[in-house]
Amino acid sequence: MNLLKKAKGFWGTIVLVVIFSVVTQLLINGGTLNSFYVNTLFSIGINIILAASLHLIIGVTGQFSIGHAGFLAVGAYASAIITMKLGLPFPVAILAGGAAAAIAGLIIGIPTLRLRGDYLAIATLGFGEIVKIVFLNIDYIGGASGMTVTHLTTWPWLIACVVITIVVIVNFTNSTHGRACISIRENEIAADAMGINTTFYKVMAFIIGAFFAGVAGALHAHNFYIIQPPNFGFLKSFDILILVVIGGLGSMSGAVIAAIALTIISTFLSSYPEVRMVIYSLVLIVMMLFRPQGLMGSKEITSFLKLGKAAKGGVHNDGKNTVA
Amino acid sequence: MMAKTPLLKVENVGIRFGGLKAVSDVNLELNQGELVGLIGPNGAGKTTFFNLLTGVYVPTEGSISLDGGKLNGLAPYKINQKGISRTFQNIRLFSDLSVLDNVKVAYHSLAKHSIVSSLLRLPSHFSGEKEMEEKAIEFLKIFKLESVMHEQAKNLPYGQQRRLEIARALAANPKLLLLDEPAAGMNPQETEELMNLIALIRERFSLTILLIEHDMLLVMGVCERIYVLDHGQLIAQGTPEQIRNNPKVIEAYLGEEVS
Repeated sequence: MNLLKKAKGFWGTIVLVVIFSVVTQLLINGGTLNSFYVNTLFSIGINIILAASLHLIIGVTGQFSIGHAGFLAVGAYASAIITMKLGLPFPVAILAGGAAAAIAGLIIGIPTLRLRGDYLAIATLGFGEIVKIVFLNIDYIGGASGMTVTHLTTWPWLIACVVITIVVIVNFTNSTHGRACISIRENEIAADAMGINTTFYKVMAFIIGAFFAGVAGALHAHNFYIIQPPNFGFLKSFDILILVVIGGLGSMSGAVIAAIALTIISTFLSSYPEVRMVIYSLVLIVMMLFRPQGLMGSKEITSFLKLGKAAKGGVHNDGKNTVA
Repeated sequence: MMAKTPLLKVENVGIRFGGLKAVSDVNLELNQGELVGLIGPNGAGKTTFFNLLTGVYVPTEGSISLDGGKLNGLAPYKINQKGISRTFQNIRLFSDLSVLDNVKVAYHSLAKHSIVSSLLRLPSHFSGEKEMEEKAIEFLKIFKLESVMHEQAKNLPYGQQRRLEIARALAANPKLLLLDEPAAGMNPQETEELMNLIALIRERFSLTILLIEHDMLLVMGVCERIYVLDHGQLIAQGTPEQIRNNPKVIEAYLGEEVS
């Protein structure tokens, strides 16, 4: 019965998402949403994927990685090569972008994840910069002038990727495997002593996180017509990091809400270029002063909507008390 | 049972950190079902010895074997899966997780459902998780923690946190349980309860227990044999009575307390 309830909550959410997507698509087709709104919508979608993927690495597993733009870059370039150089279809490019980033995550994860805290942060920062420099120096993909990419990212692909990302990460988190990752965040020595293969789960979180960052890269590349290495520097990494920190470390819904809110804020502030970064930075400072644990703390949105036993249904919270 | 083959056999084990010999030449045997104490003054190397047994440190000399299988150089999680579980001197719970989830983490290595089945929410995921949850609740009942199972571990009172840590260590289904100062910071009544609990779990899970303790009442009261470490070396072993009267031990440690 419990099983049925869970399934119901899950499919209910999916139905809502489908209705939302269809309505949005109709609005786009009908021209009600002009290109400004559509662009914002696409940025929000891509940022949600990025925030959710980094949430798995930092919020759930507690590995402070600040080179996430590196995975985004790998995904963007890999997918662009697939469509532009090899002429293969877009879905292949999305998968290839994710796979390439996941492989990068594996390669970078195994040596660096033995590091802790600030050491890991610096190592991943270095990784992000290396990726940027490498792409800058490969002529095949345009070097510094970048690569022009056809616009292939459409609303159905975007929303499908967003939903799959969220479902996969939430399902992973709310299982014994996610609990293993959380135990690493809480106390790595104790997790190790309780039979958790800490290296395996850290690398696994890194690979899954990198995969979806790569997917976001593919969507990003095919949305903005051109990709250039400087767009994937450490500033981009910090943008993603800010989404996760503002949302609340350890809260998936927090990361998603922050991705939506900050994208909207920064889009509307782009009409005031002189004060944009000042206001944006002020928001962050005020946020840290008055709510250092982030928007949601480590809670999920479902714990506000429903209380007690009713919280069992729904895609966001089938692990009830899991703090992620 | 067959008392001839020891469960844990430690031979000439030692570790040096640079020029410092923290533990050297320790020989120790635990038989199935025994409750053995390990005592010694502060800085004697007791916790270091636990860390050697659980793989946190790799011994620079000697060998450790459990049930005949060598443990040297194995990662801590592998040693846990082979059957040695421990608690920590300074409590190391997963403090943001619920009491229930703390115990479930210990069941992780026994979980049968794979990452893929969890991602796709296959039936094996639900049955696996359900089984873990039921087992964990069952377990918390033994430790009288079921009423607080949805609390975050960090919100429990100190005595319950200690109990939860023992529960979590036992949930991993060990053959040998290592308790690092389980009574530290407890009042006499809590210590008494802890002694009863240790006796209970030992019976119920047919466990072998090695415990580090400063509380002489507890050590002398429950342990069948005692090893004494001082400056990283074993200086005595024997029954509580023998230890109490051993001049070396009195000199190193017990001097004023037992005269």
